[in-house]
Amino acid sequence: MRNERSTEDVARGIRRRVFEHSIRNNGGYLSQACSAAEQLAFLYTEGLTLGPSTRPLVPPPFAGVPSAANPGYVTGAGYNGPAAPGYDRLFIAPAHYALVAYACLIEVGRMAPEGLEQFNRDGSSVEMIGAEHSPGMEVHNGTLGIGLSTAAGLAWGRKRRGEAGRVCVFMSDGEVQEGQTWEAVQAACHHRIDNLWAIMDVNRQQCDGAMDDVMAVGDIAAKLRAFGAVAVEADAHDVGALREAAATPHEGRPLIVLARSSPTKGMESLMSRFPRLHYVRFSSEAERAAMNESIAAELGIPPVPLEAH
Amino acid sequence: MEMVNRPYAAAFEAHAVRHPEVLCLSADLTSSCEVDGFRDRHPGQFLSLGMAEQNMMSFAGGLGMAGFRPFLHSFGVFLYRRPHDQLIASVAYPRRRVRLMGFLPGVTTPGGMTHQAIEDIAVMRTIPNMTVLEAGDATEVESIVAEADAVDGPVYCRILRGSVPRLFDTPLRLGRMRVLAEGTDVLVVTAGIATEEAMRARAALDRAGVSVRHLHLSTLKPFDPAPIVDHAASVRHGVVTLENHLVAGGIGSMVAEALAEAGLGKPLVRLGLQDTYAHGGSRPYLMRHYGLDALALVRAVERLAGQDTGIAEADLSAVRLESVHSAAKAEAL
Repeated sequence: MRNERSTEDVARGIRRRVFEHSIRNNGGYLSQACSAAEQLAFLYTEGLTLGPSTRPLVPPPFAGVPSAANPGYVTGAGYNGPAAPGYDRLFIAPAHYALVAYACLIEVGRMAPEGLEQFNRDGSSVEMIGAEHSPGMEVHNGTLGIGLSTAAGLAWGRKRRGEAGRVCVFMSDGEVQEGQTWEAVQAACHHRIDNLWAIMDVNRQQCDGAMDDVMAVGDIAAKLRAFGAVAVEADAHDVGALREAAATPHEGRPLIVLARSSPTKGMESLMSRFPRLHYVRFSSEAERAAMNESIAAELGIPPVPLEAH
Repeated sequence: MEMVNRPYAAAFEAHAVRHPEVLCLSADLTSSCEVDGFRDRHPGQFLSLGMAEQNMMSFAGGLGMAGFRPFLHSFGVFLYRRPHDQLIASVAYPRRRVRLMGFLPGVTTPGGMTHQAIEDIAVMRTIPNMTVLEAGDATEVESIVAEADAVDGPVYCRILRGSVPRLFDTPLRLGRMRVLAEGTDVLVVTAGIATEEAMRARAALDRAGVSVRHLHLSTLKPFDPAPIVDHAASVRHGVVTLENHLVAGGIGSMVAEALAEAGLGKPLVRLGLQDTYAHGGSRPYLMRHYGLDALALVRAVERLAGQDTGIAEADLSAVRLESVHSAAKAEAL
């Protein structure tokens, strides 16, 4: 299913939607929208082959966890279309990007804007940290570093079954601090799993701050290549560059696109908070109002009307 | 007593060749888990994942998503200590049909603390969606493969390898306990290798005039407390559990919980590792040292019955001798 809007337009919509939501709720994963908007927009508008959504536009409430006593359980994968052999599968490995992913689903018409009003509300499936049952999610990835391994297993299985669809992981660069990520890369290379690819948001930020201060990881591309993967770097905010990078041949090996991003792209006013960007909660009403004005101006949209306090 | 050589190897191969969606996964312990022959004869159904259990666990979750039923072969301890997070998120929560084949349970390995799965039952039975099985003889090792593979969800199995005694002539069935003796003085509940010890103790106790009721558990989760309570209510003195595991969290705890919830006030003696790690050594030595053997059970029964049976070590017939270094596996790991 191809989207009629351009990838750039969808990316603009993601930033706007996450910004408006975060201002209204006095906080949110704003920086992740800045860095990842083009990447998620690219995946949903052109990078992935996905069927139409099979789920309601307004996500139903939380309907229980998987158990033998809950036979009606479904994941949120239906928002990405059916799991048919010819379609691709997508895992959002850093599950705290969920707000950005939900905004993307809305921009590409797979979820209704009202769905976002349930974000982080008790009893809702539109959870703050994307769960299996959250829109667009298929597995739990809230524990960082497990996404690529799961995708490698699924990809191996799909290849064995002769399915044409590929498996894609949206990753974050912080995950390369986890040993499991490297175990996954070596296994995918050893078993020549080449229907697996990833796009990694290299924004060089993590929960505690800048990665170089928290735990320097060195040259990620060189490390990936040393492990046997095909790694290509691209400007995360240049859709043409993402397109070209994603088309890199990688026969017999997994492909990882390192999308070099800015954690404040489109909202440079956030730099005043650097390096506290992981979760933006405004420290005062004054900061909130100032950010509302300045970021809205950067995005070229009107500020969010705020209730008087 | 009939000894069966490598019952797992034959049983797994027979099952897997009939089910192409079964995959054999190994983390560098292929011959130690008796699947080296399977690897050589069926390379297309075998996946080597190397010494990387965290990835193996999540990878298996992905294989489950693709409709396969991976059997993970490793020492039990390596299937839950290091990859516990992956076990929960990638396998247990989504109810993947992943079969965790845990070799060398408890003190059946001379490898010491790092190799001895002594809290695996406690860990596994607290995980929602998990089924936990334990083989107590060659027949159960042979039948556990197909029985585990019939479960719609993840399963952890305690597997015995090498030369294994045949105690039973009927297969392991999910959720079904074995009533091995119906005495009236003391109830003994065992699982795994502890059952063989209890059978030895029982023979001597019978001769000494102590009537033992003996239950063998092979399904540890799901656990139906009702029959345990009924059996406990039917004996005069109380209950002894004996397990190749810590007494906390294993069958000792399961029985205690069952009795307490039913409001049945019977004395309970829990034999097993008493809040301690073990160290490396032969299985007979470790079972004696940590009080997991027939003699320890006899003494516990005597305490409960308030009776000195006069049974000595020499009376416990035919203690099976086993050297640490067997011909089958020179390193014994």
